Amino acid sequence: MAKIQETSLPGVGMRHEFTTQSGDHLGVITHRSGRRDLLVFDRADPDACGVVVRLEEDDSDALAELLGASQVTQGVAKLRQEVGGLVIDWLPINPSWSCSGCPIEETGLQQQTGVSIVAVVRAGETIPAPDSSFRLQPGDMAVVVGSPDAIGQAIALLQKGEAAKKAVVPERR
Amino acid sequence: MNEHGAADTAQAAANHSAAIASVFMELGAVIIGLSVLARLAVRAGLTPIPLYLLAGLCLGKGGLVPLSFSEEFIGFGAEIGVILLLFMLGLEYTGEELSSSLKRGFKGGLLDLALNLTPGFIAGLLLGWSALAALLLGGVTYISSSSIIAKVLGDLDRLGNRETPTVLSILVLEDLAMAVFLPLVAVLLLGQGLVAGAVSITIAVTTVAVVLLVAVKQGGAISRVVAHRSDEVLLLTTFGLVLLVAGIAQRMQVSAAIGAFLVGLALSGSVAEKARNLVGPLRDLFAATFFLFVGLQIEASTLIPVLPLALGLAVITALTKMATGWWAAGWAGIALRGRIRAGTALVSRGEFSVVIAGLGAATEPRLAPLSAAYVLILAVGGPILARLSEPLSNLLQPRPQPIVAVPVTEATPVSSEG
Repeated sequence: MAKIQETSLPGVGMRHEFTTQSGDHLGVITHRSGRRDLLVFDRADPDACGVVVRLEEDDSDALAELLGASQVTQGVAKLRQEVGGLVIDWLPINPSWSCSGCPIEETGLQQQTGVSIVAVVRAGETIPAPDSSFRLQPGDMAVVVGSPDAIGQAIALLQKGEAAKKAVVPERR
Repeated sequence: MNEHGAADTAQAAANHSAAIASVFMELGAVIIGLSVLARLAVRAGLTPIPLYLLAGLCLGKGGLVPLSFSEEFIGFGAEIGVILLLFMLGLEYTGEELSSSLKRGFKGGLLDLALNLTPGFIAGLLLGWSALAALLLGGVTYISSSSIIAKVLGDLDRLGNRETPTVLSILVLEDLAMAVFLPLVAVLLLGQGLVAGAVSITIAVTTVAVVLLVAVKQGGAISRVVAHRSDEVLLLTTFGLVLLVAGIAQRMQVSAAIGAFLVGLALSGSVAEKARNLVGPLRDLFAATFFLFVGLQIEASTLIPVLPLALGLAVITALTKMATGWWAAGWAGIALRGRIRAGTALVSRGEFSVVIAGLGAATEPRLAPLSAAYVLILAVGGPILARLSEPLSNLLQPRPQPIVAVPVTEATPVSSEG
């Protein structure tokens, strides 16, 4: 892979750039707002950009899709920060966890930690909004939403079940 | 209550209501006027700051249509405007950006200070002003307008250019220099004796340094306390915090503006991002009020005699700014065209020159009109000059032929960052 250089632009964001094998110099500015600028440097004046393409977030996603890069991890990273204080997390249900095989309502997750299971991924298939009688099975991936602290508590609860309940002090901000 | 008293009360209430009506109508008309000016400025691709100043001149003492009722309100709005301008400036940069700019651009920052503070300072002394007033004029000529320059760079698609990090780091250092300059001037303006003054300055600058350090190191913790998912809560918290800290800073004679600047620095991450969006519109409203107020305070007749002087100072300091950008970009390994772009980009002066001039309006009557005329010239001329850098470069050097090899400049590799 080409060597990518990073430069911070105070008050604007970050610039990443690299030279293509054919000698063109390309760059991307990631603005704090999430907007990106695709830069093609001028061959005659290598300090300046010959072409600047403004990309809103959707445009960046579309371009990345076209170029074959996986946007999934970035999308997740962004979601973690952006949903107003809430975090989305992916919890793999381990066979040793006390919750495996239990219906969701028996874990007491919602009542004790405020964390909701918004979807379960089982064998590559996504089950959206599982109801409270839905049984979690080992190997499931539970998609949960809650505050960062509550998710920590939720993991403890799902692992240890009843024993953890006393240890968990619900803390709301 | 007897009948007579009741009639008095009713009369007072009627007067009060009439006064409020006048103030509302006058303020409304003035703000609508400003909005029309802002529209014109946006259409022309310019900053509205000079137009606000001109509007103030027309409405002020000896102007075309003097205001009668609402000057007090505008004055109060102007104070908030200064605070919010500085708060948003602090919000603009993160602690890491400040320290990396300090490391990367220190030499350029010193050159900038030496080349651009000196002409204003010398001009002040030549005019027979006190050293303090001359220092303030030096501040006016020193500080470029980061908001105008950031906008021009964006409009001209130059944010990705290699000279841009150099330009931005100079702006960051100027803003940091303000953090020392403002409290220094605030103390000097009090006019204490040598010893008492020195003690006050030491206290002021130490306070700023300590708060700056805490803000940079503990910004995350402060941001977490302030953070909230509701925009309303966040707006009230930040605005209240800014006013409170500004007030405390003023009480400690460090200058309210610096208190607000430090609050802005202390906020980081997603809180800073949200606060920028929430406080931005408030800042626009109150900053417009501030520029208007500065114009109002200047007697139109005092502006004409200082025009030639302002023009001369503008020409000299445009050249010194261009020299600053030229050398700083040269040190960063930028070629001729980029060096010219960097130089011309830095010329614009604006909001903070007005803020500095506003501080010393009482010490030297000619400071405010001279600075206003100076900012009028360079807030309009600077962006135009930045646009002219391309033809200017063509004049000095015909557009070079394409080359294949691309020199690597001061950017750092990603691997060493993490």
